[in-house]
Amino acid sequence: MSAVQVSTTVNGDAIDFVCQPTETLLDVLRNRLGLIGSKEGCGTGDCGACSVTVDGQLVCSCLVLGAEAEGRKIGTVEGLADGDKLHPLQKQFIDNAALQCGVCTPGFLVAAKALLDRNPNPTEQEIRYALAGNLCRCTGYDKIVRAVNAAARDVRKQQARKKR
Amino acid sequence: MRYEAPSTTREASALLANAKGKAVVLAGGTDLLARLKSGDIEPDLVVDIKRIDTTQSIKRMASGFRIGASVPCVEIGRSAALKRAWPGVVEAAQLIGSDQIQGRCTIAGNLCNASPAADSVPALIAAGAKASVVGTAGRRTVAVEKITTGPGKTSLGKDEIVESINLPKRPPRTGDAYLRFTPRTEMDIAVVGAGVCLTLNGKGEVSKARVVLGAVAPTAVIVADAANAIIGSRLEDSALAEMAAACEAACNPIDDMRGTIEFRTDVSGVLAKRAAKIAYQRAGGK
Ligand SMILES: Cc1cc2nc3c(=O)[nH]c(=O)nc-3n(C[C@H](O)[C@H](O)[C@H](O)COP(=O)(O)OP(=O)(O)OC[C@H]3O[C@@H](n4cnc5c(N)ncnc54)[C@H](O)[C@@H]3O)c2cc1C
Ligand code: FES
Ligand code: FES
Repeated sequence: MSAVQVSTTVNGDAIDFVCQPTETLLDVLRNRLGLIGSKEGCGTGDCGACSVTVDGQLVCSCLVLGAEAEGRKIGTVEGLADGDKLHPLQKQFIDNAALQCGVCTPGFLVAAKALLDRNPNPTEQEIRYALAGNLCRCTGYDKIVRAVNAAARDVRKQQARKKR
Repeated sequence: MRYEAPSTTREASALLANAKGKAVVLAGGTDLLARLKSGDIEPDLVVDIKRIDTTQSIKRMASGFRIGASVPCVEIGRSAALKRAWPGVVEAAQLIGSDQIQGRCTIAGNLCNASPAADSVPALIAAGAKASVVGTAGRRTVAVEKITTGPGKTSLGKDEIVESINLPKRPPRTGDAYLRFTPRTEMDIAVVGAGVCLTLNGKGEVSKARVVLGAVAPTAVIVADAANAIIGSRLEDSALAEMAAACEAACNPIDDMRGTIEFRTDVSGVLAKRAAKIAYQRAGGK
């Protein structure tokens, strides 16, 4: 097997790595780059626990080869917080108790951020559709939807403040 | 396994042609990666086509639309011009998977994966889409219905790549629609899919029709009798009933946990009727 050399950007940092051609981006993030926020729930695109963005587009990192990251911009849950300052989504997930075991949480956060980036004022239905690719075995989803709704409000407030 | 990401289709097909052992094309990877992981396939070479310029965009031309083979479905949904011209095709493409899957999956991959339940395929066939195929011998243009030959099987040669899916310019007074039945609203595989494209004459009667069913046979089926049943009609109840009966007669489905043979057969007629009504409205019929 011939290893592949890859230059990419992860959460704004330029990163080079070498991986096997069969390794997924999720494998690379977790096993080579130490970014263990993204989780493997299924490995088949069904659960969304491995959600990341590639060039701003939400994807399942278990369905992307590490080699495909060449020259792309990867965003993971580790890039959500601004230093010690949690993203409104992270804060609202805590405040709304939108997690129990937490395995699904990074995926939900990344998917919800992709939603809010494109639509900072989603309806409940839009939130539920946007998160249909993320499975949670613990919470029953309701608290997750409420947390996203509350975070959307916070994000809109932040944006309004920035405009002033 | 070797990974290659060539920048032209010519290079890509040469790589495929010269590969020793099994070589596969990688587009969005939403089918391929799960199969790699499960060990269902163990290719010696993977040729990623996403770095090929000519596969990367949706082009509007005098003759219609050219959808590059690595354009993810999320971008198909963002094309206002495409949505206006072929709303049925766009809706079918957008039914595939979650937002995460939409960010990667392609209609060419949906076609070449050759699943009987592929959502975009009946809609593409109904709309008269063609695949532009590139191989070492050159280019050929093939009707989409000629690509899939059975579950997991295509008519493509080892060295051939679908470079784009081409949709014709929408003829006047023409509309298309695609509907599927799934137990869950999102993230489920079609139990039945129905794509319909209709053209009306000046009097509002159907002058041309194509009715295509998915998930009820080894490949998508074009049901000529269903189309004939509505040609000349304004979709009166009797014509729709005859069309539904023709759909049921064309079904040869599997029996599984998601739908019995009887259920799939029955639903094919129901969905075809509903899709025909939507297509009729979109064609300007009242
Ligand atoms: C969670 C999940 C949900 C899904 N939901 C749906 C759904 O609702 N409806 C549905 O129809 N499908 C669904 N799928 C299946 C899959 O997403 C689609 O079939 C998708 O369109 C495949 O496109 P791709 O670009 O990812 O193909 P890939 O995985 O890259 O390729 C699929 C196959 O086609 C071949 N291929 C790809 N492109 C070309 C080309 N240009 N030329 C020649 N060969 C090519 C590959 O070698 C491979 O054999 C789902 C998959 C997942 C994981
Ligand atoms: S681990 Fe990727 S979707 Fe489940
Ligand atoms: S909190 Fe346990 S799976 Fe969601």
